[in-house]
Amino acid sequence: MSTKHSIALTINGQRYSGDVEARLTLADFLRHHCDLTGTHVGCEHGVCGACTVHVDGRAARSCTMYAVQADGSEIKTVEGLASDEGNSLHPVQEAFREFNGLQCGFCTPGMQMTIAAYLEENPNPSEQEIRELISGNICRCTGYQGIVKAGLRAAERLREEQS
Amino acid sequence: MGVKNLGAAVHRIEDARLITGHGRYVDDIKIPGTLSAAFLRSPEAHAKIKSIDLSFARQIPGVVAAYSLADLDPSLQKRMVQAYPNPAIKTDITPYPLAKDEVCFVGEPIAVVIAEDRYIAEDGVQAIQLDLDSLDCVIDAREALKPGAPQVQSSFESNLSASLNWKFGDVDQAFASADHVFKESYFQHRGAPHFMECRGVLAQFDSAVQRLTLWSSTQSPFLVRRYLAAFLEREESSIRVIAPDVGGGFGPKAVHYAEELVVAIATEKLKRPVKWIEDRRENFVGTNQQRDQWWNVEVACKANGKILGIRAECIHDNGAYVPYGLLLPNTSIVPFPGPYSIGAIDVKLHSALTNAVPTTPIRGAGRPNAIFVLERSIDTIARELNLDRAEVRRTNFVRKDQFPYETGAKLPSGVSIQYDSGDYHKTLEMALQASKAEEFEVRRKKAAQTGKWLGLGIASYNEDSGLPPYEGATVKILPTGRVLVEVGSCAQGQGLETIVAQIAADYFGVQTHDVLVRTGDTDFAALALSTVGSRVAATVGPSVHLAAQQVREKALKLAAKDFEASVNDLEIVEGRVGIKGVPGKSVGLGDLSRRLVANVNLPVPSGFSPGLEATAYHTTERPVYANGTNACEVEVDIESGEVRLLNYWVAHDCGTIINPRLVDGQIIGGVVHGIGNALFEHMKYDRKSGQPLCNNLGEYLLPLATEMPQIHCEHMESPSPVNPLGIKGAGEGGTIPGIACIISGIEDALRPLRIKINEYPLSPERLLELIDEKRQQRAS
Repeated sequence: MSTKHSIALTINGQRYSGDVEARLTLADFLRHHCDLTGTHVGCEHGVCGACTVHVDGRAARSCTMYAVQADGSEIKTVEGLASDEGNSLHPVQEAFREFNGLQCGFCTPGMQMTIAAYLEENPNPSEQEIRELISGNICRCTGYQGIVKAGLRAAERLREEQS
Repeated sequence: MGVKNLGAAVHRIEDARLITGHGRYVDDIKIPGTLSAAFLRSPEAHAKIKSIDLSFARQIPGVVAAYSLADLDPSLQKRMVQAYPNPAIKTDITPYPLAKDEVCFVGEPIAVVIAEDRYIAEDGVQAIQLDLDSLDCVIDAREALKPGAPQVQSSFESNLSASLNWKFGDVDQAFASADHVFKESYFQHRGAPHFMECRGVLAQFDSAVQRLTLWSSTQSPFLVRRYLAAFLEREESSIRVIAPDVGGGFGPKAVHYAEELVVAIATEKLKRPVKWIEDRRENFVGTNQQRDQWWNVEVACKANGKILGIRAECIHDNGAYVPYGLLLPNTSIVPFPGPYSIGAIDVKLHSALTNAVPTTPIRGAGRPNAIFVLERSIDTIARELNLDRAEVRRTNFVRKDQFPYETGAKLPSGVSIQYDSGDYHKTLEMALQASKAEEFEVRRKKAAQTGKWLGLGIASYNEDSGLPPYEGATVKILPTGRVLVEVGSCAQGQGLETIVAQIAADYFGVQTHDVLVRTGDTDFAALALSTVGSRVAATVGPSVHLAAQQVREKALKLAAKDFEASVNDLEIVEGRVGIKGVPGKSVGLGDLSRRLVANVNLPVPSGFSPGLEATAYHTTERPVYANGTNACEVEVDIESGEVRLLNYWVAHDCGTIINPRLVDGQIIGGVVHGIGNALFEHMKYDRKSGQPLCNNLGEYLLPLATEMPQIHCEHMESPSPVNPLGIKGAGEGGTIPGIACIISGIEDALRPLRIKINEYPLSPERLLELIDEKRQQRAS
């Protein structure tokens, strides 16, 4: 188990490199090697979506991906979600606060990363589309209602910004 | 008092850190040199342990230690402390920190491996040689109570953990004078908690001062400290327990678990911090659940549907150990008669040991079960006597003019049960109006034309929230003038920091973001119990109010002395005390607070005690009763068994609302937990082997966004006279009637087939079975 692999990747615009075991998940690499603990691990089998990050611009589950698979990739985590917007918060984050899209906050980073990536592809989603989008993310606290509203509001905000 | 924060829909102060990834859950706390623990858990439901060989595990590079119970100090090889002792417990059996000689459920911790990281610790667990001798097991609580059933614990011949009886009034007389008696049987299953953050513990022992600090993903830091201290035979003051950000709790995190103890013991032995983070697979077998209950119920009523008495008997699945007294069984019977005025009640409950994870309360505890029995009984009366379901409720409700209403029962403390306030008829009307119930038959007919079966569900409830005795609070003015509030209570997403800040802010004319709130730490001055039973807002809220009031009065008195003015002429605006109508003359709260700190040779102003701070407790001997009615509209596909929830309405009364945003969040989330219980969640075990048949979130179905209806909340505020702010609890009010409401809606949709639904969860397969049975009966 001691064989290590060198990896180098960009996370939230910063270069990271390190020697990791092949079995190290990307989630554990982010959390325990890079100290980016905003990415949460809720199930370790790819169902709950809490660990969702962006890998080369697409939403991906960091618990079912190995760190070595992310070698050379560009990763974005919740800590970097707002950085390239020039604001203190990304519109998705602002909308989560506005519509109570969170309670305990554990599923929140994964929810936000899932929605943020999707809104890049589909800037004008319907409520049903948002519900289907987040049906791969589990929230036990909110009943999803606030999250759906936040997703729709964030889309509206992003459209306003771009127009 | 300036701008009112209490009652306003202010944004949560917690959110700034949580939406940016800067929350601090247990696994986010980094202490250099921390070791990781992983547990070997029983692969069998019942077995004798022949041997545990840890030698291979210990040889793995990076493994620092491996322990079974025999490796611990002899003084620690004993059973854990009973959290809630009760003389009714016949099998007072708590687990050992690690199993001794016998394992009684799949998932029971047997040994622990501690290593430089979690991956290596898990390698170590794989390398443990475990030799077990299988024993017979029993999973079905009804089977467990039959003569000749396998013994769940070899030390007890009987699997009967306890028998309880909740009784008042003359039940025999009630049944003798009834026009009708209806008998029904119910099966209820409430699954597993599945908070998104699994459990976790980090412990550090400071040998210089001989003090243990433990961060736990818990609902009860004060109880964890109490039981750790009792087990370790240490002073409570030598242990500090902190609940950092906690990713959901729902009840099972209120319990003290073996892993907390083992991690605490290991950190002291190894002189390095030790962390254990539960993974989801462990969570399925290692965290308490709330599974099965079987009920036989008899209801005696008059021809108009007025209930005279209820007789019921319940068999309850206790699981393998009794770590948490009889709290769950008790909450299944104590809610009778619910929101109804029923003169005679006789409810028996038999709690049966089974070879599965122990059961302890999950959101609502036994209350959703009791309310399910009551609400199904009301619907049964309506169905059998061809009465309107709402009318049967109106006939039986406690009336507004009866509050405070004594049910006739007494709490275990000897205090009579008294419903404090409300208007149960009004919330029923609100729910009926919101759901446009009057026009429902038109909608049903219209849908039927396109082959759709619509149903309207109704369920009412009340809930003993804000349970005694207290949660304390300290309010302090810092030298900078900022207000600090410390409460020992902790939160798992409810927004406790925000409501505490809202209550305190008004006394000092400041905004919520000007108030620093700290929660969940046993080092705080104010004592606390546990965030359970929808109790914290109604217990800590009034304590914050009392403490803030005392600090405000002290500040005013001190300023009055300086200004040579009467306290009545002073006001506090934006954290400064001034004279009303005299602009420019004011003193900051920080300046006043510095007058009361210790300075050499400077006496405290005469007539004042040190410190501009106060610790206060609102103590109570009675709970406060949240209540309301839910309604829902469902569509049943009788060919596939699929149930679609079209709309859901909640009319409820949780007394004074501190923050409508947060109340809506609690209610909606609670309803969705009820939806999960009614339709999806089923913690299945193989009845023969005792193996859990689901151990991941793909197999265990939690409610998802696509299946959830729009949930609409209507509020009615009847302030409780029990506490000075009039607050009642809101955390479980969505879940308690939720299950009954959905099942009522499905039964109503199938009314043309006269199908009774006396069970949940109701899967499409099971619903089709019920439909097919009825069709066959009709055909023959």
